This record gives sequence, structure tokens and C-alpha cells, in this order.
Amino acid sequence: MIHAKQTPMREQPAAERVHNFNEVPLGYSPDEAVQEAERCLQCPHEPCVKGCPVGIDIPKFIEHVKNREFGQAISVIKTDNSLPAVCGRVCPQENQCQGVCTLAGRFEPVAIGRLERFCADWEAENETRYANIEPDTGKRIAVIGAGPAGLTVAGEMRRRGHSVTIFELLHVAGGVLMYGIPEFRLPKHIVQREISALCEMGVEVKVNKVIGRTQTVQDLLDGDYDSVFIGTGAGLPRFLGVPGESLNGVFSANEFLTRTNLMKAYRFPEYDTPIKVGKRVVTVGGGNVAMDSSRTALRLGAKESFIVYRRSEDELPARGEEVHHAKEEGIQFQLLTNPIEFIGENGNLRAIRCIKMELGEPDDSGRRRPVPIEGSEFEIEAETVVIAIGNGPHPLIPQSTPNLDLNRWGSIVADPETGLTSIPGVYAGGDIVTGAATVIEAMGAGKRAAVAMHAFLAEK
Amino acid sequence: MYKILTKRTLGPGIREYVIEAPDIARVGKAGQFIVLRLHEKGERIPLTIVNVDPETGGVTLVIQEVGKSTREMGEQFHEGDSILDFAGPLGEATEIENYGTVVCVGGGVGIAPLYPIVRALKAAGNTVIGIIGYRSRDLMFYEEEFASSCDELIIMTNDGSYGKQGFVSDPLKQILESGRKIDRVWSIGPAIMMKVCADITRPFAVPTIVSLNSVMIDGTGMCGGCRVNVGGVAKFACVDGPEFDGHQVDFDLLMLRQGYYHDEESCSMDAYMAKQAEGVEK
Ligand SMILES: Cc1cc2nc3c(=O)[nH]c(=O)nc-3n(C[C@H](O)[C@H](O)[C@H](O)COP(=O)(O)OP(=O)(O)OC[C@H]3O[C@@H](n4cnc5c(N)ncnc54)[C@H](O)[C@@H]3O)c2cc1C
Ligand SMILES: Cc1cc2nc3c(=O)[nH]c(=O)nc-3n(C[C@H](O)[C@H](O)[C@H](O)COP(=O)(O)OP(=O)(O)OC[C@H]3O[C@@H](n4cnc5c(N)ncnc54)[C@H](O)[C@@H]3O)c2cc1C
Ligand code: SF4
Ligand code: FES
Repeated sequence: MIHAKQTPMREQPAAERVHNFNEVPLGYSPDEAVQEAERCLQCPHEPCVKGCPVGIDIPKFIEHVKNREFGQAISVIKTDNSLPAVCGRVCPQENQCQGVCTLAGRFEPVAIGRLERFCADWEAENETRYANIEPDTGKRIAVIGAGPAGLTVAGEMRRRGHSVTIFELLHVAGGVLMYGIPEFRLPKHIVQREISALCEMGVEVKVNKVIGRTQTVQDLLDGDYDSVFIGTGAGLPRFLGVPGESLNGVFSANEFLTRTNLMKAYRFPEYDTPIKVGKRVVTVGGGNVAMDSSRTALRLGAKESFIVYRRSEDELPARGEEVHHAKEEGIQFQLLTNPIEFIGENGNLRAIRCIKMELGEPDDSGRRRPVPIEGSEFEIEAETVVIAIGNGPHPLIPQSTPNLDLNRWGSIVADPETGLTSIPGVYAGGDIVTGAATVIEAMGAGKRAAVAMHAFLAEK
Repeated sequence: MYKILTKRTLGPGIREYVIEAPDIARVGKAGQFIVLRLHEKGERIPLTIVNVDPETGGVTLVIQEVGKSTREMGEQFHEGDSILDFAGPLGEATEIENYGTVVCVGGGVGIAPLYPIVRALKAAGNTVIGIIGYRSRDLMFYEEEFASSCDELIIMTNDGSYGKQGFVSDPLKQILESGRKIDRVWSIGPAIMMKVCADITRPFAVPTIVSLNSVMIDGTGMCGGCRVNVGGVAKFACVDGPEFDGHQVDFDLLMLRQGYYHDEESCSMDAYMAKQAEGVEK
């Protein structure tokens, strides 16, 4: 008999966790993991594998978990995914492997993400399995940007025997995993553990290197490097373009989260970077970034935290688990609502003027277009607003690399199969190519680019 | 880690540092800045590049102690010590050309960032009139440097303890009113000073460049915290600037935004002072 429901994962209770930055889900015990693994049907046609953007052999690793062969389970995962502790926590599984799991029709799907996380955490506590490294090829590659795309390329290329240097503009490697996704969802020591593992493999990480300023892509090619990978992400915050957006108290999600996560403002004044939140905080947007911001606001001391989103609940692009956790924590959802003006007093935000929306005809994305309802304007009082409506491509590399082809949004044009850009020997992948997407897609792009770069270096 | 090659005290709470950062020393230009973080718990603070020496790999900074981080640096970081993080060069460089006759106005700590611009303008063939102002004589620094790079130099002190008494905007106004042909003005200093200078040059339609010091975090265009309003459009001071057309800048907004963290800054300073006092007792 199969349990209809997933083995639950223990969590910090909502009332408690809104006062701290510790991780919310606490992980499976070995017994819980085995119990969940037993739900897997070992389907011969493996729909879950096809649903995984990097094609992890899911039934195989789950079989190992079932047999308590946790070391073998993590080896299977790591053949295809070098950041399982991260992906197990942040992948949108419901749209990927778990969405197509055979069980998903009648029951809850197998909790594949939780099992992946379990295996990765087990490895960290028990043993580390290193990838085999091929003998040195004498070739050198430069990776620009230390987010999931760049880290994946670095690992894959180092494994193939190339010497790899990562250039990162911030003072730590990890990209959005460090500056964006909060501690309570992805503890930073986990990200740093993955980066240390890369360093132990011989990857060199240089932080504080602003490519495009300190050196250009052309300098790297003219200098020591045979090939370059660009994984600089979508770090440019978008604003709404409505009146009052420069008032004090109006933040981009990037600023709000960077202050909190990267600079640890939640431990001010022990850490030097401050942050301010009002009693009432409004976050504009409906994706993971918005959920993260609104939940961060509560933990920073906001009494009430709202999400203002212009479409309806069905269109919320965030992971299901994030919306669920946000609701448990008491985040208030103002759906079908759009801000039209920020109202200030002495330069500080006091209220947000909004308008009600209704869903009209489907737009380019296939979703029904939200249209304002005339005369439905109203105000929400708030001292802080966080704008989480998406990010554009980080502009430094595009602006400083003359022969690099860009699309009309300023993203780098790269071959979807190989990541090759318009400059020979220069590859790109992740959010800088696709626009803001997911960790696993950035990693997938990194893997494909590594295969192509390896072939390119072999011919060179 | 980035080593402090030399440290020199220029006046009370004003220090000049040369930091070893060879790749920045190779490419840094007048008008650009770096971001540094002193230690693991430090904040990222933007500081203008005053000079670079590609030979020694040294980057010169002049820092005025105004709050916790700048004070901590001045008091705790000495020659031979190292700074944890140091990134740059950031921002767009000053557009240097032979404009003809230019006036370069610097106030307080804005005098240091003005210095490389003055030198570059002079080297490009401009006639350079320097106006530099201090609160009082004991806060003066870089007089000789300016004297040797400017064709004319006017020194102002607010209290009249040296040079002429008054504000830097006074001689700027006199020069323009005298009918002398001025092709361009640079004004770098506190926001209020830049605002006053821009207001003076506006009726004379002399292009006026200012350097905006909004509150920054990453300094690379990723947070938008440094946004300023220039000609009605939101710009990121760290990547679109820091230099802008002073006639287009909304200085009142800049000043409001600079003051946003005032309470937290005092709290940070108090915590630092308390910790220092504790250290002294022990
Ligand atoms: C708050 C937030 C929550 C998210 N939640 C999820 C989630 O739950 N699940 C999920 O799958 N995805 C999530 N995402 C999206 C996901 O994080 C990104 O899609 C992914 O990180 C993209 O990886 P990347 O390697 O392309 O770029 P990034 O992670 O953005 O890394 C790019 C790196 O390049 C560096 N860089 C940029 N320019 C330069 C330069 N000129 N020189 C040197 N270095 C440079 C940047 O500093 C950065 O470190 C979230 C994003 C955010 C912001
Ligand atoms: C592009 C740029 C270049 C700069 N170059 C220099 C430089 O060459 N030398 C130098 O001494 N300083 C420079 N600054 C200012 C410097 O970054 C700040 O003085 C510093 O960050 C203050 O940190 P703190 O912790 O010591 O003070 P805080 O406690 O943060 O602030 C104390 C006081 O200083 C004011 N202040 C804070 N940040 C700024 C700021 N960005 N600009 C002006 N006032 C501020 C506050 O309003 C407050 O009154 C520059 C700023 C920018 C944006
Ligand atoms: S689809 Fe679901 S049940 Fe089938 S093998 Fe994959 S995880 Fe197991
Ligand atoms: S300092 Fe972050 S965008 Fe300018």
C-alpha cells in the first residue's frame, strides 16, 4: 500500500520562526527518508527524469535511499547535479520532476526534492565524495560570475582537467544564492560548503574582480585564458516607474535582500550595514523574490507584511512551498492589485496608492492580462515598500564587450545547445542569457557550455 | 587582502592611504571610485580614487572620518595592515578634454577627489582655476598639490583662519559675474555646496559637473539604493555616474536620501565608542 501523502518534514513553527533567520524546514531523519523513498514506484518509463532539467537518475537514487545506501544515492545525484544541497531546497519541483511523477495524479508526488536535500545533507555530515579529476590539460579558462551557472562550469571544466579561475565582483562567491535567497530558506554555510569543495578541486576563486572595469573580457582572452564563460546573472533591479519611487523607504528587492543576506543587516550593529523596516511593509510582486522579501520583512520586525500582486493567486510564479510558508507566517495577499503611486511625507514613504485589477484576454505569456478597474483606487499605509517585479541583465559585461551580440532586452545572445556567443571562445549561460529564471536552469546551461568549451579547447 | 602601503594624517580626522591593488592601479582613472570592506563584519564603503601608481600598484585614497566605518579605519588600520576587500575601479571616469578655461571647486573632503581631475584637465591643456574651501585652517590639506597643478588658486575658509573668508561659491560667482569666459565647472563636495554652485552657474549656462555621493552598497548597479534623480530620470550614481550634469540633479532628494539611515549611523557609532572605551579600561 502506498501512502497517499508525502512524509512530512519537520519545520520550525510559524509563530517562532518569524522571529529568527534560521532555516524553516528541518530535514528528514534517515528513517523518514527511507519511508518516503518507499513510496516510489520505480516507473520504467521514468517521467520524473524527463522532468528534471539536468536529468538526474531519480528512481535509481531513490532506490539507494530505500536500501539505506545513502553514499551511493548521493553519488548518483552528483553525476548530474553538483549542487544538490542547494537544489533540494530551492528547485520548483512541482513544475519539474514532482509535477510529472506518476503518483501526482491521484496522490501527492514522491517528495523528490526533500530526498535530494536529505542525501546532500547526509553527505556533508558523513563523508565527502570527490569527483575524479582528469590529468592537467594545460588549458586555462576564466569564468565570470560565481552564481550557479559559473560554479557549474567551473566544476565541470576542472573535472575535465582544465585550470579554472572564477572572477566575482562581490566579496563572496555564490551569486543570488548568497545575496538574494535568505538564510531561512538556504543557509549560507551550505552554499559556502559547495564553494569550498570546488576550491579543494583546484578551482581558483578571485573575488572583488569587476570584469568590465578591473579587466575586460578581451583582456582575459588576450592574457592567460583560452576560453571564457560569462555567467553574470540578472542583477539589474527593475522599478515600477511610478511617482514617488525615490522616497526613503522604497527599496528594490535586491537592495532589501542584499543588505539583509549578504551584509547581514539583521545582525546590525554587530555587522555595520543597517536596514530599516517600518511597522507595515508592502512587497510588490508574486515570485520567489517577493515571497523572500515579505518574509524577511517580518523577521526584521515588521508587524504586518503584505504582498501586492497584479494577477490572481493561480498566476503567482513563486514555488508552491514558498506561498504556503508565507501564508502560514501571516503574510497578507492583496491580489489583483497594482501600485500606481508612492505617497510620502517629509521624504519618507507614508502610503501606497493602488488600483484594483481584473483579468482580461490572454497576453504573450499565455496568462490573462491584468487590466485596471477604473475608479477602484485605494491607499495602503506603509512605511516600507519592496519592489520585486523582476531583474534585468547585469549591464557591465554587455556594455564593456563591443562584439558581443545582445537581444533587445540587453541579454547576451548564446546558442541554446552550446552557450557559444558571437565571440569565438566566449560562452555564456544562466540568467544573463535567459533573463531571470531558476538555479537549475542556470546549472543546466553551465553543463552544456562545459561540454562545448571542452570540445573547443581540444581542437585549439 | 589588500595591504596598506602608507598612511599619512593630513589633518584632524583626515587621512591619506595608499593601498596595494595592482590591477586597479593599472586602469583606475580620475572620477572613478573603489568600494572597500575593512573586515568580515564591515560595510561596503565607496571612496574616490585620488591617485594611482601602476609601478607600485598603489591606489591613493583620502578619507574623512564622519562615522563608524571611516573612524574605525582611521583609528585601527595602519601602515602594513591589510583591508579585507577592495574592488574597482567603479563608475565612469571624468570626461577629460581641452575645454579652454575651467573652474574646479572643491569643498572639504571633495577636495581630494577633485585633485586627479584638476591634474588631468591641466595635462589636457586647460587653463585651470582652482577654488578650494575648508571649515578652518587646521583642516587644510593638498594646498601644495593644488598650487602646482592650477593656473590660479583661491583658498577659502569659513572662519577666515586662512585664505579668504567665506564659501567656495563666493569666488565662483565673482568670476562668472566678472564676464570672464568660463567653459566648464567642476564642483565636488557636500551636496549643499554642489547645489549652490549649480544654482550660481545656471544663469550663465556654464556646463557644471558634480560628483554625487549617494548611499551605496554594491557600487556596481545591482541594488538601486544609490539612485538619484537627474533631469527627471532615475539614474544609478554608481554606474551611470558618479558625475552628472549639476543643472539637472535633484539635490534636495539626494540630501533626503543621504539622511535616511541617520539614527542607525549614530547607533553604530555609539556601539563602536562603547567598545573602544571597554578596550581602554582593560
Ligand atoms: C531572491 C531570489 C530568490 C530566488 N529563489 C529561487 C528559487 O527558490 N528557486 C530557483 O530555482 N531560483 C530562484 N531564484 C533565481 C535564481 O537564483 C537564479 O535564476 C540563478 O541564481 C541564476 O544563476 P546565474 O549563475 O545565472 O546568476 P547569479 O546567481 O545572478 O550570479 C551571477 C554572479 O555574477 C556576478 N557578476 C555580475 N557581473 C559581473 C562582472 N561584471 N564581473 C564579475 N562578476 C559579475 C554577480 O555578482 C553574481 O555573483 C531566485 C532569485 C532571487 C533573486
Ligand atoms: C562615489 C562616492 C565616493 C566617495 N568618496 C569619498 C572619499 O574619497 N573620501 C571620503 O572620505 N568619503 C567619500 N565618500 C563618502 C563615504 O563613502 C562615506 O563618508 C562613508 O561611507 C561613511 O561611512 P561611515 O560609516 O564612516 O559613516 P556613516 O555612519 O555611514 O555616516 C556618517 C555621516 O556621514 C554621512 N554619509 C554617509 N554616507 C555618505 C555618503 N555616501 N556621502 C556623504 N555623506 C555620507 C551620513 O549622512 C552621516 O551624517 C564617497 C561616497 C561616494 C558615494
Ligand atoms: S515518477 Fe515518481 S514514482 Fe515514478 S520513478 Fe519517478 S519519483 Fe518514482
Ligand atoms: S550602489 Fe547598488 S546600484 Fe548603485
